[in-house]
Amino acid sequence: MIPAAFDYVRAGSAAEAIQLIGQYGDEAKFLAGGHSLVPAMKLRLAQPTVLVDIGRVSDLSYIRDGGDHIAIGALTRHMDVEKSPVLAEHVPLLAHAAGHVGDPQVRHRGTIGGSLAHADPASDLPATTLALGATYVAEGPNGTREIAAADFYQGYFTSALAPDEMLTEIRVPKMGGAGWSFQKFNRRAQDWAIVGVAAWQRGSECGVGLVNMASTPVLASSVAAAIAGGASAADAAEAAAAEADPQADLNASVEYRVHLAKVLTRRALQAAAG
Amino acid sequence: MEITVTINGKSHTAEVEPRTLLVQFIREQVGLTGTNIGCDTSSCGACSVHVDGEAAKSCTLLAVQADGCSITTIEGMASADGTLHPMQQAFMENHGLQCGYCTPGMVMAATSLLAENPNPTEEEVRIGLEGNLCRCTGYHNIVQSVLACAKS
Repeated sequence: MIPAAFDYVRAGSAAEAIQLIGQYGDEAKFLAGGHSLVPAMKLRLAQPTVLVDIGRVSDLSYIRDGGDHIAIGALTRHMDVEKSPVLAEHVPLLAHAAGHVGDPQVRHRGTIGGSLAHADPASDLPATTLALGATYVAEGPNGTREIAAADFYQGYFTSALAPDEMLTEIRVPKMGGAGWSFQKFNRRAQDWAIVGVAAWQRGSECGVGLVNMASTPVLASSVAAAIAGGASAADAAEAAAAEADPQADLNASVEYRVHLAKVLTRRALQAAAG
Repeated sequence: MEITVTINGKSHTAEVEPRTLLVQFIREQVGLTGTNIGCDTSSCGACSVHVDGEAAKSCTLLAVQADGCSITTIEGMASADGTLHPMQQAFMENHGLQCGYCTPGMVMAATSLLAENPNPTEEEVRIGLEGNLCRCTGYHNIVQSVLACAKS
C-alpha cells in the first residue's frame, strides 16, 4: 500500500516547522517518526496534502533533569526513553512503558511527542504520562504554552493542540521513589493493549492511567480517591472503570474491558505497593 | 524530490515521489529484492533493514525520510567474497528457516538486537524479535540461531 500523493517539506527547527504548518493550513500534518501517521496514510485513514517533516529537528531530542521533573524533547525516540538512565532513576514507569510500545523496530523510529500528539487512546504513553501528571509544552505562532496531560486529550485522535501548534516538550514529575507497575494485556507481543494500566503509588497517594478504555486515555480518579481513603488495592480496583467509557471491538466486549481494567488495576496497585 | 541514500556502502542518488516507501525504493529503484514485503502494515518485520545501524521497518518509512542515511539490507550482510555474516551462518547451521520469507527481516532484526545486547538470554531474544513474525511458526530454531550467533 502506498499513501495518496502529498507534498513534502522538511523543517530544520521548531520555528520553521510552525511557520510551514501555518503556511500550508489545516491539510498539512507534522511528520516525526511517522510510525503512527504513515500506516494511517497507507490505509487512507489520514490523507494530508502536505507533510512537514520535523524528524530532523535534532535539538528536540533530549532528556534533561529539570529539578522536580524530567524534561523530554518531543522528538526523543521511544528507544531512547526506554534506555535513559535519567528516566530509569527518576521516572522508571515511563521508561518501562516506552519499552512496551510496538517492537524494537518501531521504537527505533517512533517518538514520544509523535505518540502523544497522535492521541490514540490505545497507545501506551498517553495514559502513562497522564497517570504521572505530566505537562506538555506546545509551541505555536504566538509563543509557548503548557497543557496539563489531563486537559490534552479531547477525543479519538483529537488533542488540545491547535493546527498550527507543535508539541515540543514533555515534563514529567519525578516519581520520588514511588512504587509503580505497567500492566499491558494483549494477545500478541507487539499489539496495542486490549486494556492497559499504568500506576504509581506512594503511601496513600497514587496515579492510575487506563489504556484503551475510552475515546481518550483515562485518569482513574476514583481509584486514587479510594486509595487516599484507605481502601485496599482490591477494593480500590473495583472503581477502575468509573471514569471509563470503553467501546467493544473485535478483541473485547465492553464487559470484558471493564473486567480487565479492574483486574489489571488491582495487579498494578499490588505491584506498586509491593 | 531528489534523495541520496547509501545502501550497503554504495551511494544512490535518485528522484522519488514523497510517497515512495523506503522498501519500494530499495526493491524497485535500486533493484535489491532481498528485502521482502510481508504484511505491509509494520506488523511482520519481513521488510526490516538497518537505518544508520538500527533495525527499522522499511514499509513504514518514506524514502525521503532516509535521505542522507546509511542503509544495510540483507544483500549487504555477507562479505564481498561470499563469506556469510555470522548471523546468516548461524541461521544455516541451526535450521533457522523453513520457507525463508521472514528470514531477511529476522537476520536484520537479530543483528540489530545483538548490537544492543551482545549476550541475550533466550527470553531476551524472544522479546527482541517481537517485531518479526514467522508464518511457518519456526521460532524455536530462529531463537536457537540467534543464541548460537551470540555465543560465537
